[in-house]
Amino acid sequence: MSNININLPVGQNLDELVALCPFNAIEKTADGLAIGSGCRMCRVCIKRRPEVFSSDAGTAVKKINKGEWRGIAVYADHLHGVIHPVSFELIGKAREMAARTSQPVYCLIAGLDLSNMAGQLLEYGVDKVFAYEAPALEHFRIEPFTAVFENFIRRVRPSAVLVGGTSIGRSLAPRIAARFRTGLTADCTLLDISPGTDIDQIRPAYGGNIMAHIQTPNHRPQFATVRYKIFNAPEKTAPYGEIEYCALDGISLASKIEVLEIKAKEKVRSVEDASAIIVAGKGVKKEADLQMINELAEALGAMTAGTRPLIEQGWFDPRLQIGLSGRTVKPSLIITCGVSGSVQFAAGMQTADTIIAINSDPDAPIFNIAHYAVVGDLYQVVPSLIARIRKGGQLI
Amino acid sequence: MKIFVCIKQVPDSTRVDIDPETMTLKRGGVDSKINPFDLYAIETAVRLKEAHDGQICAISMGPPQSEAALREAFMLGVDDGVLLSDRNFAGADVLATSYALSQGILSLGLPDVIICGRQTTDGDTGQVGPEIAEFLDIPHVAYVRRIVAVEEQSMILEMDMPETIEVVRVSFPFLMTVEKGIFQPRLPSLRRKMATAERQIRRLGLADLPDTDPAHYGLKGSPTQVVRIFPPEHSAGHETWNDTPEALSEKLYNRLGELKFL
Repeated sequence: MSNININLPVGQNLDELVALCPFNAIEKTADGLAIGSGCRMCRVCIKRRPEVFSSDAGTAVKKINKGEWRGIAVYADHLHGVIHPVSFELIGKAREMAARTSQPVYCLIAGLDLSNMAGQLLEYGVDKVFAYEAPALEHFRIEPFTAVFENFIRRVRPSAVLVGGTSIGRSLAPRIAARFRTGLTADCTLLDISPGTDIDQIRPAYGGNIMAHIQTPNHRPQFATVRYKIFNAPEKTAPYGEIEYCALDGISLASKIEVLEIKAKEKVRSVEDASAIIVAGKGVKKEADLQMINELAEALGAMTAGTRPLIEQGWFDPRLQIGLSGRTVKPSLIITCGVSGSVQFAAGMQTADTIIAINSDPDAPIFNIAHYAVVGDLYQVVPSLIARIRKGGQLI
Repeated sequence: MKIFVCIKQVPDSTRVDIDPETMTLKRGGVDSKINPFDLYAIETAVRLKEAHDGQICAISMGPPQSEAALREAFMLGVDDGVLLSDRNFAGADVLATSYALSQGILSLGLPDVIICGRQTTDGDTGQVGPEIAEFLDIPHVAYVRRIVAVEEQSMILEMDMPETIEVVRVSFPFLMTVEKGIFQPRLPSLRRKMATAERQIRRLGLADLPDTDPAHYGLKGSPTQVVRIFPPEHSAGHETWNDTPEALSEKLYNRLGELKFL
């Protein structure tokens, strides 16, 4: 049930009230107004017309004992014997939050031949690594991995669990969050912790230019996924933690999924590893014009990438999509050409050392995060810049 | 083969602004459409039906106007439409949404295959599919880019992983989330629009579900809470250059040199 109450004084313009809701959830009924199932509790109506709309802040809900849940856990993501670096970044964030609330930092790793990787995790300052080793865990399959994850949570009872927003993480985290009927906040771009161990989770919301601050106030553990390169990996330290190999007795490792074959994909140079990136946005009018963007990239020794609309038009390999639903990058230089700069896009690149944005619209949101806002037509500025770089090169 | 497809109606535009004075959402046009990623799920279902026979049911949760998305699904080749709509479902997060959908699916009878798109364009989480599978206690396979074979009691699927393609066999019933490359979605057919205009969309409310406890749905059943919404922070200390294209490129060239990028 929506928590919005309506107190309708006589003589109200109902259409005006209906129009308040950005989600069309205020509905006219025979006896006035009702909140429909489209309500997302954005509270716009309460803020605009508090005399009409209100919300029950404190409904009687059984409070959980948060003291029974302690520690911040990181799921160590790995493929083919290599730990995904997002796991180290998450350990760094977990340590930061754990230090402020005097909690330990744990890692969960599952697979085969884990001793090397478990040892590596300790080098990033983990108090305890819980390792689940079994032949059935050689390849990632959802049921056995969820089963060991469940076992880990039942025995360790961590307050929060951070999972990398990788292919595996985005498949596994929702599964295990649902098993514990707890909250999961996907693709967080900022994480913080309050003294009561509630995690402040910030992420872009409603697919648009808005950030949402999300909490899981009455459920444990709190689950969050974070994409690669949102946080920084900590410096390595002398290991002080320990590794515990967990018994698998009583855990069902059965699966209805059988891995038949693992084929290598043609290697594409990863845009995450590029030190300089030129991004084409919707301001690039036709596919042939990408030639100009590619020439600039070549002149600067950079990689070319695109925004979501261009990927959707099939102009780029999806692996070259910059943004939260594509790749998150942190290069030393990024030049955006005709990119308007949605929050979704910005979240995927705003930690770049130098951001240069070329856009003819002086109000483009990209200019809010650019270090150099170049207000101009990319069709004039880019060719001229390419010519200068080429000429400069000849002089040297 | 009995196939369910989970779809969602999303705003046509992802452009959302915040009113700087009231700090609240402003949303322009209210046009809606099927979540574009769901079109691939629908197409996959229709191709499976065409090749192997079967029945496709599209299921959605949302306000009554979400029926439009199910009507559109009819035009794409879906046979039945079910809308979960109830005031008790309002304000649902990922968990409560997945739970309601899984309850809707249970009330209709578990199919052989459930197909979901990889994510929605408004929520953007990509988490509902796996959570539905968990609530139904069936396996899920994510990032499916190709159906290699359909067997008596299973399918062989190709999963698109970052560096590899994984080929797996999964037995019915299961849930899969499909990638964009799997099939090219067809366009809605006018002929089908006419043929399906009279077709009924089944409505399911709380009372129709196996679990009728309202505390498990909507806002009450949502562990996550939005504390506040706010516009993104802007980085300070940036320079804005307004000039002729020639002057701009010269400035850029010089600055790139100073920053040692050249």
